[in-house]
Amino acid sequence: MTEFPHARRSAFQVLTGLFSLPPGARVGIGPVIAAAILVIIVLASVMAPLYVPYDPLAMNAMARLKPPSEEFLLGTDPYGRDTFSRVMTGGRVSLLIGVGAALVSVTVGLFIGLVAGFFRAADSVIMRIMDSLMAIPAILLAIALVALNGPSLGSVIIAITVPEIPRVVRLVRSVVLSAREEPYVEAAIALGSSMPKILIQHLMPNTLAPLIVQGTYICASAILIEAILSFLGAGVSTEIPTWGNIMAEGRTYFQIKPGLIFWPGLLLSLCILAINLLGDTARDLLDPRMKKREG
Amino acid sequence: MEFKSKDFSNAPRVLKIRKLKVGLTGRPNAAPVLDGIDLDIRAGETHCLVGESGSGKSVTSLAAMGLLPKGALEVQGGLIDLEGFEITSASPSQMRELRARRIAMIFQEPMTALNPVIRVGEQILEVLNTHSDLSPSEAKKLTLDMMEQVHLPDVERIYSAFPHQLSGGQRQRIMIAMALILDPDLLIADEPTTALDVTTQLQILKLIAEMQERHGTAVLFITHDMGVVAEIADTVSVMQKGRIVERAPIRELLTDPKEAYTRKLLTAVPNLAPRPARGDVAEKDVVTVQGLDMAYGGGGFFRKSDRVKAARDVNFSIPPGRTLGIVGESGSGKSTVARCIMRLIDPTAGKITVAGTEIARLSRRQLQPHRKHLQIVFQDPYRSLNPRWTVARSLCEGPINFGTSRDEAMTKAAELMELVDLPRDALDRYPHQFSGGQRQRIAIARAVAMKPDLLVADEAVSALDVSVQAQVLDLLDDIQEKFGVAMLFITHDLRVAAQICDDVLVMQKGFVVEHGPAGQVLSTPRHDYTRNLINAAPGRNWDFSNYRALDHAPAPKGAIA
Repeated sequence: MTEFPHARRSAFQVLTGLFSLPPGARVGIGPVIAAAILVIIVLASVMAPLYVPYDPLAMNAMARLKPPSEEFLLGTDPYGRDTFSRVMTGGRVSLLIGVGAALVSVTVGLFIGLVAGFFRAADSVIMRIMDSLMAIPAILLAIALVALNGPSLGSVIIAITVPEIPRVVRLVRSVVLSAREEPYVEAAIALGSSMPKILIQHLMPNTLAPLIVQGTYICASAILIEAILSFLGAGVSTEIPTWGNIMAEGRTYFQIKPGLIFWPGLLLSLCILAINLLGDTARDLLDPRMKKREG
Repeated sequence: MEFKSKDFSNAPRVLKIRKLKVGLTGRPNAAPVLDGIDLDIRAGETHCLVGESGSGKSVTSLAAMGLLPKGALEVQGGLIDLEGFEITSASPSQMRELRARRIAMIFQEPMTALNPVIRVGEQILEVLNTHSDLSPSEAKKLTLDMMEQVHLPDVERIYSAFPHQLSGGQRQRIMIAMALILDPDLLIADEPTTALDVTTQLQILKLIAEMQERHGTAVLFITHDMGVVAEIADTVSVMQKGRIVERAPIRELLTDPKEAYTRKLLTAVPNLAPRPARGDVAEKDVVTVQGLDMAYGGGGFFRKSDRVKAARDVNFSIPPGRTLGIVGESGSGKSTVARCIMRLIDPTAGKITVAGTEIARLSRRQLQPHRKHLQIVFQDPYRSLNPRWTVARSLCEGPINFGTSRDEAMTKAAELMELVDLPRDALDRYPHQFSGGQRQRIAIARAVAMKPDLLVADEAVSALDVSVQAQVLDLLDDIQEKFGVAMLFITHDLRVAAQICDDVLVMQKGFVVEHGPAGQVLSTPRHDYTRNLINAAPGRNWDFSNYRALDHAPAPKGAIA
């Protein structure tokens, strides 16, 4: 039989295709710096256990509130724990929560959104549920979950994800609503394609680009909300250092040891700034008006 | 038929274009978009620019308006002289002063050319306020007067209407009023009637001619429709790939075209003479529609909306190998009928029998095995193929749904490409790599892959250039002959219907007003509406492909022109 090498593109090709630069479009220096900063922070956080000099939880009564020195790079906190070790390790949980919340809300939101957009009967019911979910503030939900289950990573991710899901659902639904009116979707119906097939093969690829952009924003805001929750004491248990709870603990000593808030705060801000910048760049690149037709 | 034959050689020259060259900005070596255009338009003359899409008609008009898209196109040589004023070197502020006063333009789509949130009267008024120092009351009086001139009814009411409250024809009248209120010397009309129904088109063409007579305006009229050209042109310039290949007075061009390209264009123009009748078929009808009703609206969770009856009591049947045309203006319900039969929407009442099965009441699931009996080709070839899919994948989708193996479907797809006259290697490519006509061929191949008993063509050739249109109609004819498929052909263009249909069904506001053999309906129509449609068909008395008047021109008696 005849070979059709390009008849199906792999998911990888689809993804690289999405990000291939259209001819003429230029990415400024900003996004490149942002990407570099993000890569450094992520690598540094992930590999933290390999290089940090102290156990981030090990208390040392002899070394309370030390200033930065060769021994303690960024000084120590009131319990004598090494700030540098804690901040670098804390990034792991913060980033995990960011990425986790983004993935969960995008996946769940994509599924619900596809169904809501395509099936009119389901739409009105689903959207009313989404409206009510939107009314729940993340912080109240987190406090409730922590009160019920105790502080855990899972509770925090759920608390952050739930209010994000309706936003993703609305986005996906609006894309599907306009795409389903396209004649090629009607042609697929006429060709006898089943509903799941139409949803996944014809409609879902249209939602991919806006979802990637939305995902980066969710990731950034999740990291921020985690910090707020920890600050309020409704976040991850204090035994696991995160940027949020390091700052929460540091606030009582803010005046004598500003570094306790400054360093985790700096990393947090850089991280969020970088992610948002990359999200904006992705939005510009994926905008069909900016993207020349491939081929 | 009557052509315009006035001599303009003594009239003052309004627009003079010499050796105009327009190219892509920043790429002086790329092929120019316009290459050495010469054009003269004299006061009172209607000069038509015709050509297929991409020939440079619109770019010519934009260059004359000084409206070439910045950063994309630029004048690279030549001159455009508007009554002694050089446009190519004018500053933006000089151009602003010139527009509306000396040169004005109307566009194809009046809905997008008007601001949707400002009352139409105020939009006309704004032109006056920008370009003259009339007092408010004088300006308003002049505006209302102009609206009277373009024959808008009840001008006081329409003055304070928003664009969406008006019909397409009324909106185009507003555009014309706006363009002509400062009495410009040159009016550029870029496909001003293409988006309108034929009867409205006729009125607008008459209006432009009347305004031209009254104000002595020169008109540069851009169109792809030879019928329209025959109705209104004094002089015609035929454009191809950025050049003017032939220019002649209208009668000369239509009776004695010199250039091969002009001949090719004219040969492709469909005329109103119906195709020769084909013999009766003894076989059973493929599709039978009885008492089909479709009403939109009426649902809603919280409030009941009014139901709009889009189709009422439609009855017809089509035997294998025959074509039924449904014609009518926009909103007549013709597409609704097509979509009901395809079960893309669910009819409110009636029976649809396809290949022996009644499908009007089947659920989605029950319907699935019967889908292969009916296939549809849509109007817009740019949207009817999934842009992310290769042609091969699109062609295989249907057969695979009905249990064909992937390999077998691929082999079949390669055969189909030959059938629709496209190269085999086209299978690996994506839709955007093809022209509109080629895409429509792919869409037809996709439908034919299912070996349907009924092929529905919903305005399938309306978006194509005439020469491509003729090829696609031929292809459909071939396919019908080869597979004996019954065809339901939806079109707003009576000329196209005449070319391809055995029977014609005329719809108006959801009602079937006439139904019969094509020859009978087109030559001896019984209903006033059909007569109006025929009379409004531009160039209906001219046989373009044979360069002469039609022998038995369909001139229905008692016609209301």
